[in-house]
Amino acid sequence: MSTCSVSKGCFVFKPSPKKRRVSQKTAIDFRERNNASEDSELRFVTCQSLWNQIKSETEQIQEDLNKQLFDNLLSFLRRSHSEFQEKTTEWTCQMKSREIPTAALVLGVNVTDHDLTFRSFSEVLQNNITPYIALLEAKDCPDIKNLMQKLMGQLMNCYIDVDSLEDEDSVQVSQNRIRCSMTSLINWYENVTKKTDSETPSKKRTSSSRHWQSPPVVVIFKDMESFTTKVLQDFIVISSQHIHELPLVLIFGIATSPMIIHSLLPHSVSSLLCIELFQSLSCKEHLSTIIDKLLLTTQFPFKLGEKVLQVLINIFLYHDFSVQNFIKGFQLCMVEHFYSQPLSVLCCQVVDTKKRVNSLSHDQCENIRKLPSFRRYVESQVSEKQIALLTADNFLKEIIQKLLEDLHVYHENYVSVLRCLHVFTSSLPKYPLGKQIRELHCACLENRVWETEEYESSLQLARMLNKSDLVTMLQQCVEIFVSSSGKEFDKTVEKLKEFLTQFQKLEAEAIQERDVSVSSQKELQKKTDLYHLQKTLLELKESRRSKKLTKFEMLRFEVVDYIDSLVRTYLVPADHKTLHEIVYFNTASVLRGHLNAAPRIALHTALNNPYCYLKNQALKSDGGSISNKAPDICIVYKLHLECGRLINLVDWLEAFSTVVMAVEGPNADAASSDQVDDIIHARFIRAVSELELLGFIKPSKQKTDHVARLTWGAC
Amino acid sequence: MSQTEGKGSGALQVKFVPDEEVLKHIADDSGIKVRKDKTQQMVNVKRFVKKLENISDDEDQEILEEKNYVAVLGICAQDSMGNGSSVSGGEVYSFQTPKRSSKMAELASELAQTPGQSVASDHSKCPEKTAKTPQSSKRLSSNKVQQRSKKKEFVSTTPYRLRKRLAAPDLYLESESEYSASCSEEEDEEDQKEVSTVLSGQKTPAKTKAASTPPPRNNLGKKNKEDKMSNLVEEYFEAHSSSKVLTSDRTLQKLQKRRLNQQTLHDLLKKAPLAYAAEIKELNQQHESLFSKWMLQMHLGFNIVLYGLGSKRDLLEKFRTSVLQDSVHLVVNGYFPSITVRSILNSITEEVLDHIGTFRSPLDQLEFIIKRFKEDSSLELYVLIHNLDSQMLRGERSQQILAQLSSLPSIYLIASIDHINAPLMWDQAKLSLYNWLWYETTTFSPYVEETSYENSLLVQQSGSLALSSLTHVLRSLTLNARGIFRLLAQYQLENKDNPSYPGLSFQDFYQQCREHFLVNSDLTLRAQLTEFRDHKLIRTKRGADGVEYLLIPVDDSTLTDFLEKEDEDV
Repeated sequence: MSTCSVSKGCFVFKPSPKKRRVSQKTAIDFRERNNASEDSELRFVTCQSLWNQIKSETEQIQEDLNKQLFDNLLSFLRRSHSEFQEKTTEWTCQMKSREIPTAALVLGVNVTDHDLTFRSFSEVLQNNITPYIALLEAKDCPDIKNLMQKLMGQLMNCYIDVDSLEDEDSVQVSQNRIRCSMTSLINWYENVTKKTDSETPSKKRTSSSRHWQSPPVVVIFKDMESFTTKVLQDFIVISSQHIHELPLVLIFGIATSPMIIHSLLPHSVSSLLCIELFQSLSCKEHLSTIIDKLLLTTQFPFKLGEKVLQVLINIFLYHDFSVQNFIKGFQLCMVEHFYSQPLSVLCCQVVDTKKRVNSLSHDQCENIRKLPSFRRYVESQVSEKQIALLTADNFLKEIIQKLLEDLHVYHENYVSVLRCLHVFTSSLPKYPLGKQIRELHCACLENRVWETEEYESSLQLARMLNKSDLVTMLQQCVEIFVSSSGKEFDKTVEKLKEFLTQFQKLEAEAIQERDVSVSSQKELQKKTDLYHLQKTLLELKESRRSKKLTKFEMLRFEVVDYIDSLVRTYLVPADHKTLHEIVYFNTASVLRGHLNAAPRIALHTALNNPYCYLKNQALKSDGGSISNKAPDICIVYKLHLECGRLINLVDWLEAFSTVVMAVEGPNADAASSDQVDDIIHARFIRAVSELELLGFIKPSKQKTDHVARLTWGAC
Repeated sequence: MSQTEGKGSGALQVKFVPDEEVLKHIADDSGIKVRKDKTQQMVNVKRFVKKLENISDDEDQEILEEKNYVAVLGICAQDSMGNGSSVSGGEVYSFQTPKRSSKMAELASELAQTPGQSVASDHSKCPEKTAKTPQSSKRLSSNKVQQRSKKKEFVSTTPYRLRKRLAAPDLYLESESEYSASCSEEEDEEDQKEVSTVLSGQKTPAKTKAASTPPPRNNLGKKNKEDKMSNLVEEYFEAHSSSKVLTSDRTLQKLQKRRLNQQTLHDLLKKAPLAYAAEIKELNQQHESLFSKWMLQMHLGFNIVLYGLGSKRDLLEKFRTSVLQDSVHLVVNGYFPSITVRSILNSITEEVLDHIGTFRSPLDQLEFIIKRFKEDSSLELYVLIHNLDSQMLRGERSQQILAQLSSLPSIYLIASIDHINAPLMWDQAKLSLYNWLWYETTTFSPYVEETSYENSLLVQQSGSLALSSLTHVLRSLTLNARGIFRLLAQYQLENKDNPSYPGLSFQDFYQQCREHFLVNSDLTLRAQLTEFRDHKLIRTKRGADGVEYLLIPVDDSTLTDFLEKEDEDV
């Protein structure tokens, strides 16, 4: 069956049921291309299990980060209608004010992440406060009627969810749905609450015992800014009329700033709201946590290379601020890595490595021998060992195992030392190595960090730290090393503790010293005439210059040097490590191409320089120009670049035919048969309509046989 | 169009053009130059003014300009873009960057030595060069022109040679140098105005700098960049502010080309061999090796979008036939002129889900689909959309619905986009719903299917269709009715040069019809017009003054043809 038709645009293809592929063939796809290399299945399984781990980890992180916010919101909701619960006469006086309790939830600009937050929030609500939740989005509510429809639909559905036993009731509900008004909503609410009231505390009560007798109705406006003011105002005014019958709570999701409420709603309306502000965690902090938990840990064997991480961070910082997208990018990296690197089968937890290394096939061993980092390693060995490494698979496997363990140890140490260094650099003025640990991480991955200027200047700054800072930093470092899993840090901890005790000793000495200095100062104060003052100051300066460093300064130098030595031993960039290819994903270009593509540049390149794609010598030309043998569309495009806003088709056609006829050679001259002309004409028409499809030109009514150019300048 | 020459003569032999000939050509043929970019003219005018100021040391200035070329050569040697793929965004989106203009200068000077060896890309980009287009020289004395003609050679011989070549096979082009008189006159006026404004002190700083800075101006260029940028912005608005168009008035009709209809066009193109078939095939093979990767990534929750020059239809078809044979899939031809989201949703509900019944709105339908797919995890659907960015699908609501569809875990979407501004369809929310993975699949294959529905350009088929329907309908009418229609047609043709022609007002029309004894009362005419309107022969619209205007919604050439035919019949 063909998919070309002049009467139809959609074609459905349904294979006969028995021929249908069974689902769960993702693994097959993974294998298909890789049939040449082995272990693809194992790789896929590894990849999937790793991804599942990471996914649950990120969800956990998100949950933890939101916990505080949700707790606050829950207590707000509990408070908001407490009077309503008591069912006393008191509440009437409170409700006179007619204020709707409202939570303004400032979530930040990463709108795409909000969905997840709201989803988990409504889950939390459902479990703790009320089953009556409606999530509204601006795109579903162009006017108040739609809003009410949506609202009631969601509320009554959730009601059905709560006690799905009563089927006849749901029918009734759906009939009611036609009449979407506040009164029917209130009737429904009374009905529901009465029912739960009148019913004896049966099984149902126990199941929903977490809810109160008359739980509040929570309406969440996911994207408050996108709602039309009219709809919002109407809804608020109407519902404020009924607040004493229906315990309504509004929650506004706000992406920009809380000021928006007042610019969207006039005073008369906003005075009907009793607004409380809640601030969610900023997305940057969220990202830091994610990086901390995903990348700066030895829990996951898979690592990101420097360039890749940079690309992901740049997309985050310059494009969307979306943590979800960052995680998706991470997923893509993983899939790419496991898909394209046959050796990624070894990218697994340490416990599994032994088994996997032993089961490596000969081809895989050859693959390892081809790794650049491994070659470097081989070259550094003595010749007998070289031969053994290159010929004996078994020996190779032993070595691989050792190397992988080394790599793991390296990561353990790396993380601790990196954190330690971060403690120092993050408090320096101007942050030469970056404020965030991710920046430091990138710098360390990129090349030897101690060779950079920034590192140099930060060391210098560190040498000027005051004592109290230094002591707290050292304490922090001790904590980091103690809690780290690395085994080599016992000595380091000892050394650092020694430094700390020395500092304490100094303190004692300093008190004595202070007396001395005070006396000298007193001496200074006695002299009042200018000449002597100057003289003593000069002397003082002289002595200071020549003076040996104080004990504190010596100690400080020692500390900084020690940290420096730690950095030099442990923060070696990963690509200096043997077998780093197995766990690091480094092809940033692929990632950028897939996530942050530039379609217009591709088009531009194809039109301007077809040789980039069509490797034909005839098309080769120096920059800025194209060969006249280029594809028609390129020529037509080039010609159109010369024109202004409007292009005369006749002129264009002529120019085109000149070029084309020149290419076709002198035999097509003179009498030039009509035949040729027509073909050129047709080619021109095709090229022009292709340009129109691409959006470079459009037909114009301004003048006959003219088209308008839609781009300006170079493209 | 000056560049044509370059291209044309690429395979032509280099030909020496004597100065006199050049002069002659400039003297009478400069009209074609008027077609040049309006902006350029602005630039020209400004520069021209400057020239006027120091007309005596014009030669000196030219030497200076030459120096600039040389200075600029150094710059472009440094930043010649290596491979085309490394083009920066700035280069694509900028109005006109100084960098590029320098490149032009290099090429231009190269061309000056060996005219027509390679194709200069954008001459127009170079402000220095534009100073020498005949546009400005036209108004100078011929003496002046002669002085500068040597420099001008490679620029201005273009149309001449082009013309010469074309003149031989096609005699109809003899009279092509005519261009709209009104335009040229007004243009002169405008120039005068420009001159006065420019003289009154608004001299563009960048230009003066460019003329006076000594080499090397590597740093200076950067400093100038901002200046130039704002300047270019001004130029852009200048060029777009006036509605006047300075292009030649030649029309396709005068070419007397046989009108091609869709069928003949198709046949002709079949005859023309596809250029670089081998290379294109190789490209396609590269893309085809990605099929299994696409499948994998789609199963992992990503959706695939293909971009790049060339039709991606065949590629997707291949993908469909080779990988998707055994699974339920839906192919959507986005380029199909009457495709709607509704029809896409309908084919999902009716044919994939076997649901009978209708929905109140697409949103309801979408909800239904989402529910069904969530309930039944064994349901899987692959959706292939050719041209997701087509006219009919690019709307906000359609994209929203498609994005929501694609976000379902068991719907796998693979789509292609072609329009240069296609990514603007999607905001962050939609992008995250789509969850795209971008793949560049430049194929260079012609957009055969995609453009086959388009009839807007080079109006062949639509014109012939309208003409035949016109004659058919008119034949069935009374003699008087035909007369009435003729009157209207003639009046419309008389006014075809008036761009703001509103149509013939009813009262005037009635008057004319009476004079020709075609109707005897207001009512008869109205009855007649109603009949025309029912056959869509005329359109009425109310003007600003409330008067009813009548218009034949057919283009002028068709109308002329129609009248000629009528005359033959009568």
